[in-house]
Amino acid sequence: MEDLTSPKQDKKNQELGEARRPWEEIAASSQDPKSGLSEPLEPEQWLETGPQPRSGPPQSPQSRASPPLDDVTGPGAPSPPSPAPEASFIPSTLALARQQLAAPWQSDRTTDVNPKAETPHSHRLEQSSDQGKSTAPQTCQSEGDIFQQSQQTERHLYGPEDVSNNNSKQKELRFNIFQEEDSNSNYELDHTESGVSEGAPSPLEIAIQSAKAYLLKTSSKSGLNLYDHLSDMLTKVLDERPENAVDIIESISQDVKMAHFRKKLDTLQNENEMLPIYETAEKQKALFLQGNLEGVDQELEDEIAENSLPNVMESAFYFEQAGVGLGTDETYRIFLALKQLTDTHPIQRCRFWGKILGLEMNYIVAEVEFREGEDEEDVEDEDVTEERDDGDSDAEENDEDELPRTFYKTPQVIPKEENRTGANKYVYFVCNEPGGTWVKLPPVTPAQIVTARKIKKFFTGRLETPIVSYPPFPGNESNYLRAQIARISAGTHVSPLGFYQFGEEEGEEEEEVEGRRDSFEENPDFEGIQVIDLVESLSNWVHHVQHILPQGRCNWFNPIQKSEEEEEEEDEEKEEEKEEPEYMEQEVGPPLLTPISEDLEIQNMPPWTTRLSSTLIPQYAIAILRSNLWPGAYAFSNGKKFENFYIGWGHKYSPDNYTPPALPPVYQEYPSGAEITEMDDPSVEEEQAFRAAREAAALPVEEMGETEEDEDEDDDSDQE
Amino acid sequence: MDAESLLLSLELASGSGQGLSPDRRASLLTSLTLVKRDYRYDRVLFWGRILGLVADYYIAQGLSEDQLAPRKTLYRRGRGRKLGNQDPGDVVGSLNCMEWSLLPPATEEMVVQTSVLKGRFMGDPSHEYEHTELQKMSEGEKVFEEEVVVQIKEETRLVSVIDQIDKAVAVIPRGALFKTPFGPIHVNRTFEGLSLSEAKKLSSYFHFKEPVELKNKTLLEKADLDPSLDFMDPLEHDIPKGSWSIQMERGNALVVLRSLLWPGLTFFHAPRTKNYGYIYVGTGEKNIDLPFML
Repeated sequence: MEDLTSPKQDKKNQELGEARRPWEEIAASSQDPKSGLSEPLEPEQWLETGPQPRSGPPQSPQSRASPPLDDVTGPGAPSPPSPAPEASFIPSTLALARQQLAAPWQSDRTTDVNPKAETPHSHRLEQSSDQGKSTAPQTCQSEGDIFQQSQQTERHLYGPEDVSNNNSKQKELRFNIFQEEDSNSNYELDHTESGVSEGAPSPLEIAIQSAKAYLLKTSSKSGLNLYDHLSDMLTKVLDERPENAVDIIESISQDVKMAHFRKKLDTLQNENEMLPIYETAEKQKALFLQGNLEGVDQELEDEIAENSLPNVMESAFYFEQAGVGLGTDETYRIFLALKQLTDTHPIQRCRFWGKILGLEMNYIVAEVEFREGEDEEDVEDEDVTEERDDGDSDAEENDEDELPRTFYKTPQVIPKEENRTGANKYVYFVCNEPGGTWVKLPPVTPAQIVTARKIKKFFTGRLETPIVSYPPFPGNESNYLRAQIARISAGTHVSPLGFYQFGEEEGEEEEEVEGRRDSFEENPDFEGIQVIDLVESLSNWVHHVQHILPQGRCNWFNPIQKSEEEEEEEDEEKEEEKEEPEYMEQEVGPPLLTPISEDLEIQNMPPWTTRLSSTLIPQYAIAILRSNLWPGAYAFSNGKKFENFYIGWGHKYSPDNYTPPALPPVYQEYPSGAEITEMDDPSVEEEQAFRAAREAAALPVEEMGETEEDEDEDDDSDQE
Repeated sequence: MDAESLLLSLELASGSGQGLSPDRRASLLTSLTLVKRDYRYDRVLFWGRILGLVADYYIAQGLSEDQLAPRKTLYRRGRGRKLGNQDPGDVVGSLNCMEWSLLPPATEEMVVQTSVLKGRFMGDPSHEYEHTELQKMSEGEKVFEEEVVVQIKEETRLVSVIDQIDKAVAVIPRGALFKTPFGPIHVNRTFEGLSLSEAKKLSSYFHFKEPVELKNKTLLEKADLDPSLDFMDPLEHDIPKGSWSIQMERGNALVVLRSLLWPGLTFFHAPRTKNYGYIYVGTGEKNIDLPFML
C-alpha cells in the first residue's frame, strides 16, 4: 500500500521531500522482500554496472539556497541512515525516483568517488566500485543502494559545490528511466533476502537499465563515467549557450574533462603486475651485454677460431625455408644464450638440439661436448648404495641361519654407459627460456631408457617434478627428459651419406671385438650430394647416432658374465645357468651410418617424409626431411650442410593409442611336494612296534631315558 | 588467424615451432586475398595445415558478414566453406599455393564414418582408405556376419577432422566477440585484449562454437555472467581437466594456449592488444592417450 500511496504523497509534499526521507527508508524497507524478488532475473544485467555514485539530490538549480536543498545538504539535514547493515543497505531508488518526481528541476551532479574518504559510507563505496572494476560485482548490490550512498558520501565530503543545471531533455530521459524502474520495483535487490520474482521485467527495461548501467561504469583511469560526463557537457552548453554548439562539442568535451582536476590518489596501483616481464627483460639484457663485453676484451683470432658456438641463425634460416623454427627473435635469443653457455663452460662443440614443449614451461636443449679431460664427472651414487645393500644382506645371512632368505634377486642392474660413449656421448644442457640458467642433465641410465619406452608423459617444465607412472620411473623429470632426448637423438639424427666416415683407428672390427662404440669423423673429401637426390632417395641419408638396443644401451653389455664374477654364489649360479640361453642372445641393432631407408615402417607408414623446400625455385631449394616416427624432428640439407632439429612434445608417434604395459607375471607358489606335505602322526601301534624293535636291537638305554626325561621335563614345565 | 595479419600472427605463434616457409607465406597472402574477393567473404582465416605423408593440406576458412546475421546462431562458419589445397611439394603437380578448392561441409555421418580411420593423412585427397567391418546380414532366419570393405575418401576424412578440431578446440578470448541484444554476434571493436591476470585464466577463453554447457548451468552460476559477452562455453570446464597448457612467453608479453587433446593447435594472445588467433599444425589425430600422459 505504501508503494502506491507514497508517490502521491511525494508529489504533494514536494518541498518536504527531504524531510520525509527517514519515512521513505522505512517504506523502502518494507518493500524489500518484494523488491528482492527480482534478484535472480536481474543480476546479469548488473554485471557491467560499476556501482557508481550517481547524482540526483533534489536540488533545484535556480535556487541553490532553497530550503529543500538546505535540508539535503546542510549539516542539519537528517543524517542518512546509520551504517548499520540492514538499514543502510536498504536502498530506495524508489524514494529517489519519487524525489525526482517531486523535484523536476533536480540536477545532476558530477559525482566522484573518493577512495580515500574515511566515512564508513565511502568505504563501502570504495569496495563496491572495486568490484565493479573487476567485473565481478556482487550482483545483489542494488543500484539504488549505491545511489544513496554516493549521495550521502558526496554530501558529507563535498557539499553541493557541483550543483549544476540540467537539460530538460536529459531530465526527461532520466525521469522515464526512473519511472520504469519504479513501476517494476524490481530495482532493489537485497543481500539477505533471496527472492522469488514478482514480475519479470520486460526486455526493454532490462536493456535500458543495462545501458544506463554501462554509461555509469567508471573508467579505471580517470574515475569519470560517461553519464556524468554527458550531463556535465550539456550543463556547460546550456550555461554558456555558445552559438554553434554542435561544432565545438569536441572541445567542450575536452574542457569538461580538463576541468576535473584530480589528485592521483590511487598510489596503490598494481605495479608488480608487470614484474615478470621486467625480470625477463633484465635477464635477457645480460645476454646482449655479455656479447659486447666479450667482443671488446678478446678480439683475438685464436678465440674466434676456437669458437665452439654453432651458427644457429644460419640453420634457423634453412629451417625457416622448411616452415619449422621458432621465429627470428626467439632464435636469436637462444643463439645468445648458447654463446653464454659456451663462454662459461669448457665446451668443445655445441649444438642447438631443439625445444621440448611442456605444460607450464618449455625446455630449450643444447647438446654439447666438453673439451678433452674437462668433463665434470659425477659421483656414481648408485654403485655405492648397491654395495651397501650387499653388505647388509651378508650380515643378515650370518646372523640367522635357520630361516630361509629370499631367493629373489633383483635383476642385474645394467650399468650406464660411460661419458662420451653410447647414449652418453653428449652432455645436454636445458633452460626454460633464453636468459635462464642452463641446467646440466644427468647422464642417462639404461633402466631409464627402458622404462621411458613404456611410458608416455607430458613434461611439466620443472626438472624436479617426480614422474608418476607405471612401471615406476627411476628418476624425476630431468631423467625422463634425458632419456627422451637420447631416444630422439638416436632415432632422428641423420646426415647426408658420406658426410661422416668411420675413423681409421677405430673400425667396425674393433667395435665388434671390444664392444666399444664406433666413432666417426667428418669426411674431408665430402663433395656434397645433389639436393634432388636427397629428396628422392632416403638411402642418401644415414644415421650418425648409435642405435639404442632394447637393453637400453648402445653397446651390448653382457649381464651374465658380470654377475658371475661379482657374485660367486653357487646356488644362484645354477639358477642362472638355466636362464643362460636367454641372456646370451646378444641384442644387435643397425650399425652406425646405416641409411634411413632401412628404418622400420610404422604400420605401413614410411618413417620419413622428404620434400623440397620450394618448387618454384628448385635450383636454390633445400632438402627437408621430416620424421614421422618422432613428430617434430626435422633435418635439412642443402647438399653440403645439414642440421637436425627437434621441436615438439617429446613423444613417439604411434597410430594406436598408448597401452600401459602388462602387469608382471604373478609368481607361482611353491609346488606342493615332498618337502611341503607331511606324514600323519605316528600311531601307538607304530611306536610300540618301534620300541619293540629298538629294544630288540639293544640300543643303549640311557640315551632313551635321557630323552624321555627331557620330554617329561618339558611336559612338567608345560603343566606348571 | 586472420589472413590479413598473417605475418604478425605467425611470428607470435612461432613459439611452438610451427610456421610457414617464406614462399608459402607470400603465396598465402596473395591467394587468400583473392579467395576473399572471389567468394565474397568478409574475413578469411588461415586455419592451419594438416601434415600428410606425401603432402600437406593448407586450410583456410571464410567468414561472411551474412553469416553473422541470423538470429538463431551466434556465428556461423561459411557453411563449411573450408578450402583445402595440396602442397605444391608434390612432385607431380606444379601446384602452387594459389589454387584453392572448396571442401564439402562436414556431416554427422561423415564423422561417424571416418572415426574408424587411424594413422596419418596421405596428402592426396583422392586417396581411398579401405576399412573392413563386420556387418550383420540376415537371410531368412540365419544371421551371420560378413566382412564388408568400406572405402573412405581422404577428402571426407579431412573435412570431418577439421570439423572435429573446430568444435573441440577453436578458441577465442572473452570479449573479442559480443552478442548484440538482438542476437547476432559481432566482432567487438572495442576489445583491447585481456588484462594480464585474466590472460592467465582458462575462464577468459571461450570455445568458438555454439554453447553446449551453458544451458546446463544453474542460475547461481549464471549470475556472474554477462549475457553480451559470456555466450559461449569457457575452456575451464573441458574434459579431461588439464587438456590445455597455458603459458606466458616472452616475459608476460604473450600468452600461449596449447591443446593437449589435439596436439598441434596453438592459440596465442598478446595481453592488452587485439592480437589473438589460433593455428593448427599437426597430423590431424586426436590424442586419446591424454589421461595417461598427465
